[in-house]
Amino acid sequence: MMNIDFSGLEPIAPLRESVGELMGDGIMAAPSFQIPDTIDFDGFQKEAIQMVKPAKGTTTLAFIFKDGVMVAADSRASMGGYISSQSVKKIIEINPYMLGTMAGGAADCQFWHRNLGIKCRLHELANKRRISVTGASKLLANILYHYRGMGLSVGTMIAGWDEKGPGLYYVDSEGGRLKGTRFSVGSGSPYAYGVLDSGYRYDMSVKEAAELARRAIYHATFRDGASGGVASVYHVGPNGWEKLSGDDVGELHYHYYPVEAAAVEQEMTEA
Amino acid sequence: MECVFGLVGKEFALVVADTSAVHSILVHKSNEDKIMILDSHKLMGASGEAGDRAQFTEYVQKNVALYQFRNGIPLTTKATANYTRGELATALRKNPYQVNVILAGYDQETGPSLYYIDYIATFHKVDKAAFGYGSYFALSMMDRHYRPDMTVEEAVDLVDQCLAEIRSRLVVAPPNFVIKIVDKDGAREYAWRQTVKDAPVPAV
Repeated sequence: MMNIDFSGLEPIAPLRESVGELMGDGIMAAPSFQIPDTIDFDGFQKEAIQMVKPAKGTTTLAFIFKDGVMVAADSRASMGGYISSQSVKKIIEINPYMLGTMAGGAADCQFWHRNLGIKCRLHELANKRRISVTGASKLLANILYHYRGMGLSVGTMIAGWDEKGPGLYYVDSEGGRLKGTRFSVGSGSPYAYGVLDSGYRYDMSVKEAAELARRAIYHATFRDGASGGVASVYHVGPNGWEKLSGDDVGELHYHYYPVEAAAVEQEMTEA
Repeated sequence: MECVFGLVGKEFALVVADTSAVHSILVHKSNEDKIMILDSHKLMGASGEAGDRAQFTEYVQKNVALYQFRNGIPLTTKATANYTRGELATALRKNPYQVNVILAGYDQETGPSLYYIDYIATFHKVDKAAFGYGSYFALSMMDRHYRPDMTVEEAVDLVDQCLAEIRSRLVVAPPNFVIKIVDKDGAREYAWRQTVKDAPVPAV
């Protein structure tokens, strides 16, 4: 650390002489504060802000199938290498018919989803009908587009059921908004896509779809260090969303791959 | 990587675009339509940052519609191209839209036309244009094989040749493309060229 130098601001002649000796250097020394030892201060600030933004490492996924939309996510929040929580609700309940997923900055996602919830409710009161998933996702995308380049970090999927049936959109803080049938967001998403793409069929039952979602999250948490905790699975159908399960991925591991007794290669002998 | 191109033929113009939505190494979607049908006789193929592309093309589309509402007469392709360039030029000195546009249209008086407009507001009336990494292959291919009197079939053959070259020579070649055409009968989707398909989902 360097100290910023304020000596230029000091009066040339001390106002009161020899007070320093009485009070000691600690109090009467030239006023200063520590600044980080870096050439690119703006870059440092930007990095520091990114560092304290939790929920960076995440795996979330959602897909449309014949009985609605399946939404799943892990629950780990990390700040760099530190795991700050293992019990984060990354699936945000916007209203009884719509869910949002959280990847990127936790605060940004939470705040703007809550904000979206308010806007959706107001739409409902003004128009006497629920907002479409298309409309809701566009409300959010327009807000995020308005703030783009200003440091927001949001990667979300808006999943729900409206008058036209199941709906799924991907929205991010770069202003992107994609309509689709299968998305995964977060650092674990490539792993999740691997499992999801190979196991996906449109005509799956709710049970099969839930198992596929759970398994995709499990495999993502297995390979991605920044994802973990519990794999929660939600289903959105014609009557709204419903939470199907929340399983500790550690327990899932032993469920999928039980410990098998292996032959002992070398017995420890007593001395 | 992104790839948008187009050409003018005999009594029609066509625009081709890849349909990949990419984020770093991930392809989030391989059937994203990047050619906006602006009005009955105009096509706008756009490449660039995802958010800007969607916002800008929709903005132009709505303003073209607004003009038609107010004045009861549609903008010509030339007027739309100049308007689009104007918007990009004003934005350029504030917060630029990172969008490159190929605008194709058909007018009763002037016939088909094609405009090349990039994010720094470069404006050219051309008969063949391309943006993105695919442009290196598509441009030379079109320079070699293009004729101003091409029929739709001949032009689509040329497009397929361009796509074959892009798919075989470009490392980051996108898998799927969409071809749209505009002529006296209007702007419409002509065909898709897909090598990967999403799982079929019944249309709602």
